[in-house]
Amino acid sequence: MASTHADSAATGPIPDNAATKTADYFDERLGFYGVAKKNLRKVFPDHWSFMLGEVALYSFIIILLTGVWLTLFFKPSMEEVVYSGSYVPLQGIHMSEAYASTLDISFDIRGGLAIRQIHHWAALIFVSSLFVHMFRIFFTGAFRKPREMNWLFGFLLLVLAMVNGFTGYSLPDDLLSGTGLRIAEGVVLAIPLVGTYLQFFLFGGQFPGHDIVPRLFTIHVLLVPAIMVALVTVHLALVFYQKHTQWPGAGKTEKNVVGLPLLPVYTAKAGGFFFIVFGITALLGGLVQINPIWSYGPYTPDQITAGSQPDWYIGFLEGSLRIMPNWETNLWGHTISWNVLIPSLVVPGVMFTFIAAYPWLEAWVTGDKREHHILDRPRNVPVRTGFGAAWIAMYLVLWIAGGNDIIATHFHLSINSITWTMRVLFFVAPVLAFVVARRIAMALQRRDRDKVLHGRETGIIKKLPHGEFIEIHEPLDAEKLHVLTAHEQPAPAELPPAVDENGVARKLKPGQKLRVRLSKFYFAEQIEKPTAEEFKEITSGHGHH
Amino acid sequence: MSEEKLPEPHSPAGALDPFADPGLPAHEPRVTDIDEKAARRAERQVSLLFVISMLATIGFIASYVSIDKYKIIDIFFFGKIGALNLALGCTLGVALFCIGAGAIHWARTLMTDEEIVQERHEFKSDPADREGAIREFQRGAAESGFGRRSMIRRTMIGAMALVPLSGVVLLRDLGPLPSVALRHTWWGKNGKNGRTLIINENTNKPLRPEHIVKGSLVMAKPEGLNVDNHDYLEEIGKAAILLIRLEPDEIKSKKQLEWSYNGVVAYSKICTHVGCPIGLYEQQTHHLLCPCHQSTFDLADDGAVVFGPAARSLPQLKITVNEKTGFLEAIGDFAEPVGPSFWERG
Ligand code: HEM
Ligand code: FES
Repeated sequence: MASTHADSAATGPIPDNAATKTADYFDERLGFYGVAKKNLRKVFPDHWSFMLGEVALYSFIIILLTGVWLTLFFKPSMEEVVYSGSYVPLQGIHMSEAYASTLDISFDIRGGLAIRQIHHWAALIFVSSLFVHMFRIFFTGAFRKPREMNWLFGFLLLVLAMVNGFTGYSLPDDLLSGTGLRIAEGVVLAIPLVGTYLQFFLFGGQFPGHDIVPRLFTIHVLLVPAIMVALVTVHLALVFYQKHTQWPGAGKTEKNVVGLPLLPVYTAKAGGFFFIVFGITALLGGLVQINPIWSYGPYTPDQITAGSQPDWYIGFLEGSLRIMPNWETNLWGHTISWNVLIPSLVVPGVMFTFIAAYPWLEAWVTGDKREHHILDRPRNVPVRTGFGAAWIAMYLVLWIAGGNDIIATHFHLSINSITWTMRVLFFVAPVLAFVVARRIAMALQRRDRDKVLHGRETGIIKKLPHGEFIEIHEPLDAEKLHVLTAHEQPAPAELPPAVDENGVARKLKPGQKLRVRLSKFYFAEQIEKPTAEEFKEITSGHGHH
Repeated sequence: MSEEKLPEPHSPAGALDPFADPGLPAHEPRVTDIDEKAARRAERQVSLLFVISMLATIGFIASYVSIDKYKIIDIFFFGKIGALNLALGCTLGVALFCIGAGAIHWARTLMTDEEIVQERHEFKSDPADREGAIREFQRGAAESGFGRRSMIRRTMIGAMALVPLSGVVLLRDLGPLPSVALRHTWWGKNGKNGRTLIINENTNKPLRPEHIVKGSLVMAKPEGLNVDNHDYLEEIGKAAILLIRLEPDEIKSKKQLEWSYNGVVAYSKICTHVGCPIGLYEQQTHHLLCPCHQSTFDLADDGAVVFGPAARSLPQLKITVNEKTGFLEAIGDFAEPVGPSFWERG
């Protein structure tokens, strides 16, 4: 049926219709048939976790579409107006044109609120999917050679997405967005030596001034999106060119790629998925209120609402600022605000640099220079998995600390004790998460080993003639056996002998000792995977366990 | 079947190694591959989804033109919600979702699901290409004389390094220099010991000491600073104060007592952490809490930080009463910069 149609399409005469003629027209000018022939049936492996990046891409497209629409109505100006639109509680109030036009979008332009909400929901989904996508890559080792550069492009996209989210949040000039800017201003002021100058240049004078919204607008709708579109293009081009990684499985090797062809299946599934994501985001925009700026009122620096919260992805910075001890030094007439610099610049700087650099760090420790196209099962690299868990734990502690006032009022705890708990957890939670995640990974490896050697537990209990009860184990099929044993178990690096063959003391290169120590840390403790001999002995000996 | 679909040949070692890759399993046909009736049912389902999408788009347009944009409806769970927004979001959502669901259902039931195998190639170029490319480059470089003619090289690098400076210089007019703007507020307008009338933010009227009652916080600003001033926001961002009444014997610091009037004290409202306005007053303890990062200041102890990330006490404003009018007045400006710290603050 389907395949007979397909076969006749592949062998019959080339149709001489309008579509072919159009394609010929362009081919004569561009010569693309060669490229098309190679790529139209390009193979893409399939797995649910590969859809995370797609969610990111689709929500980015939704953001671009709705964002362009918003620019048609939004007025990026801080000129003062007296509101006279249809939202009664704010009529007669002084506010910026930016805020007034956002109210107009929300109340007086049909569909405006829906589009604003879709834009905001898509932004939240975008940043969330970037994080989850990144951790998929991290835990499966998909960042290894040859994909380190694409890891870096993806990382830059994550940072730019957060920056653009913050600038977008600041545009409507409502009380919450202004509060966020005020905090950002405090952070800029704290930068040693140049902080005050940076702040005056950024805001065009004293805070808040009249320039910041139009400036952020240009950054938000032009500068950052243009860079992001370029990066997304390169990111996807590299995925296409380097071909997608795949999970270990029957028929899958480092030298091949197994999956479904770009045309038609992948196109239909991926294209369809775009509409699904868009559809869900539109439903959210219609049904679930987000950022009701009219209830916050216009920004003024002397007002604030209690319990104000930024968008979720800025929360960790907020938490970091909250739990920092109040250290400040005054030296020779100059102030250094450690209480602001450390939590807002140093901590996130270190955390995100670690992410950006991880592929190179790991490659240095393992000394592995080969290409990798088969993904690691996270349990098989327990130390990497532990690092990932530790990073997430640290991020979560900061994020939760960002809501310490909300936790305090909900659970009737004192802010003081929550803050101290979070300070301790900031250091302890990552270590705990590392240990636990590594333990779990090792336990799972042990279970894999048992499964390979003794088969799968069937849950069926059998009574032996002499009265003993045993559970029947069923041997694994060939694919499972392969998947559970396909991973490599590198031996840790060793230092060369202290003296060379001539008895002369060897000079160690700087860092070599550290490398060996880290390599031991990564690989010294392992659950030996079963060998063919062990397997044969057990399976040929006594059929069951 | 095209050649590329052939599974990987088994390695001869496969028979010996129990863990060897068994190779791609044979394709298992789905119901829709073998049963023409099931295939047609799937086709109808896909088309139905596309039809629903079309209807939803018509519904979108109909809602846009027919529903009043100010109409509010109350629906279970979601509460009060604009009818037009709800209708537009839902119809658009359904229209998009059904296209996606149709396409995916089509792909899963009717498009061939046989896996294809393609080869990968190492990215590293072969040695001949590597050598060729490097030679070509070396030749080009040699022909340019870039390596040999060091004067050209150095001056070119110099020129290229300097030219972006123009771009940096052009940024100079982004804003004025800070000068001493962060050190002064509107309260200093009338000179060092000049008096400025204190105006209640809410009523826009001057205040008498008896207006400040125990346990409540009064927000205030200097006379002459009004919403219609062009730089109102910049000025109020520094000049905003709050007034409270303490028993004079509750006041711990001598300076604080001297700068107060009969137990009425005035403090900057701008947090010394990163500048949020402070607003939560706990009257028993005289603690003032900043809602941004919970820095807590003790107003009975000269605004000292008792908790949180702020490093410095709240600045106090010296006040008195005008003997003639009986209104509260500030004497001069704050003695120190208000708000967040900065490098030159000292
Ligand atoms: C790269 C990702 C982007 C993110 C994460 C993002 C995020 C946001 C957020 C959180 C807001 C506040 C929305 C609200 O009012 O609730 C916003 C507002 C806005 N965005 Fe974006 N945005 C992005 C890209 C764009 C692009 C490409 C455009 C235009 C070409 C755009 C145009 C606007 C406009 C005009 C507003 C203000 C209008 C309003 O608040 O109603 N955005 N954005
Ligand atoms: S601004 Fe007040 S505590 Fe941070």
